[in-house]
Amino acid sequence: MALLEVRGLTKRFDGLVANSDIDLDVPEGSLFAVIGPNGAGKTTFFNMISGFLQPTSGTIAFAGVQITNLRQDRIAAMGLVRTFQLVQLFGGMSVAENVEVGCHLATKGGIGAALVRPPWFRHQEADVRAKALELLDFVGLGVQAEQEATLLPYGQQRLLEVARALAAKPRLLLLDEPAAGLNAHETEVLADIIQRVNRQNITVILIEHDVALVTRIAHRIAVLDFGRKITEGTPDEIKRHPEVIAAYLGTEEAAHA
Amino acid sequence: MTLRAIISTKLGAYGYFAIALAVAIALLFAWVFFKGGYLLTVLQLAMIYGVFCVGLNFFMGYTGQASFGQNAFAAIGGYGSAILTVQYGWEPILALVVSMAVAGVAAVVVGYPTLRLRGHYLAMATFALGLITYDVSVQWTDLTQGYMGYSGIPPLGIGPFTVEDDKLKLVCLAVILALGVWVSSRLRHSRFGRALRAISSTELGAAALGIRVSRYKLLAFIIAALYASAAGSLFAHTVGFISPEVFGLQMVVVTFTMLYVGGIGTVLGPAIGAVIASLLPEVVRSTGRFQDIAYAAVLILMLIFVPKGLSTLASIGRRRPIKAGAEG
Repeated sequence: MALLEVRGLTKRFDGLVANSDIDLDVPEGSLFAVIGPNGAGKTTFFNMISGFLQPTSGTIAFAGVQITNLRQDRIAAMGLVRTFQLVQLFGGMSVAENVEVGCHLATKGGIGAALVRPPWFRHQEADVRAKALELLDFVGLGVQAEQEATLLPYGQQRLLEVARALAAKPRLLLLDEPAAGLNAHETEVLADIIQRVNRQNITVILIEHDVALVTRIAHRIAVLDFGRKITEGTPDEIKRHPEVIAAYLGTEEAAHA
Repeated sequence: MTLRAIISTKLGAYGYFAIALAVAIALLFAWVFFKGGYLLTVLQLAMIYGVFCVGLNFFMGYTGQASFGQNAFAAIGGYGSAILTVQYGWEPILALVVSMAVAGVAAVVVGYPTLRLRGHYLAMATFALGLITYDVSVQWTDLTQGYMGYSGIPPLGIGPFTVEDDKLKLVCLAVILALGVWVSSRLRHSRFGRALRAISSTELGAAALGIRVSRYKLLAFIIAALYASAAGSLFAHTVGFISPEVFGLQMVVVTFTMLYVGGIGTVLGPAIGAVIASLLPEVVRSTGRFQDIAYAAVLILMLIFVPKGLSTLASIGRRRPIKAGAEG
């Protein structure tokens, strides 16, 4: 059984069909990628899986449980955590605090505990702090821990979002165009981080524009175009697939030219 | 733990500023104590407004939501205390606590549907709440005695011990405000507080990390209502008189001023703002008929030069620590 099972997923916005009848199986432990040209419906697809959009029809199962139409925070609590194409960092908070917020799901305690501060709560706060610094070191932002998060350069903001998502201890991590706007070096660093995350037995689904990056690190790739899944396969299969070439370069003739 | 360590770990960037401020406020209190008279009343009211603002800061500061109707909960506190003590002869403390409970329940009832709204819509809905409460307090004369209001409300006290003396009242109110700030500080620096602050920045980002956005907004709204109710009760027991005007629109304007002057979203800002904005009219009074203009001018200058509030003055020009220890 795959960790994520998507069946017949469809989303219509009035007349526009953003996603049409998409089936997808993502096995546990894999590094999966979803590619496609602009407007192919990739982010819509992600938004439905993570609960930020309700599908028009179709089902999504995560670890054998139906999550279709569940609220975002409940989906996150099950271990399906996402990042955003437009980074959603917490302004007015430091880099470390952003990751500490990420520990929300992995910790407990509300108003009462915050007021009384029993020993377990104080230990937990110390652990949260240590965990945040550990994750920041993991993505190479350890030195910037006390900086205001939104003042980081763009590339580092993306890495911070990844660190923050990891703090929520995901089983499945959805990365929405993590390399968008990064330079070659930053993309290299990111690719390395994604692979290291995946080796910690965290399943990763990656939406990407950068085909070179995806074909290098992904185990399996699905291709969307005009809201439909046109094919799926290993990176080598995808690179040779005529429809993929057509989707990216316009027409098959153009590809041969 | 040395004093220095306490300052740097507990108060962080506010450390030295907080000390300087504490000294300034202590001097001010000492002076008012010595001088007595009208300024005592001004500071008493500043403490009460401070309690209100510290609560409002949970909702508007930490969580970043707009509420123009928090005066409704102050009215519940004020009228609850007045009615229970004057009509039914309850102990003031008990009346205060029960009124807070009523305000809390009212916050759940009102907040559950309205907190689905965002931004301007939420602002309008809460604004309506404040207006409705004002109308109720004017019109429902059987309960509220209309414009006449309630007088002869007994002062706070426990058993035979009552706080009658104006100086003692001020001390008690200051202690209550300090307690309110302490609670605010504890909650801000916790998992709960972090969740609120995350929501204030991006609800999408917060929800993606498993934070139940609507639940946390409601909790912040309830906390703000509890503080507001307590402030309303304290007003009733301190002044001994309430009327609809006390909890009218004026209260919304004044408390907003305090929140922004002091520093919205900070721990000490609301309390500082309450003291400054209460004293300012007394300071500019010497300008005679220009006092309103002087008051406005000072506020505008503050908002231009210290846009994040007086409590943030401390962090300007300070170097941030490179890396704090794991215990921080």
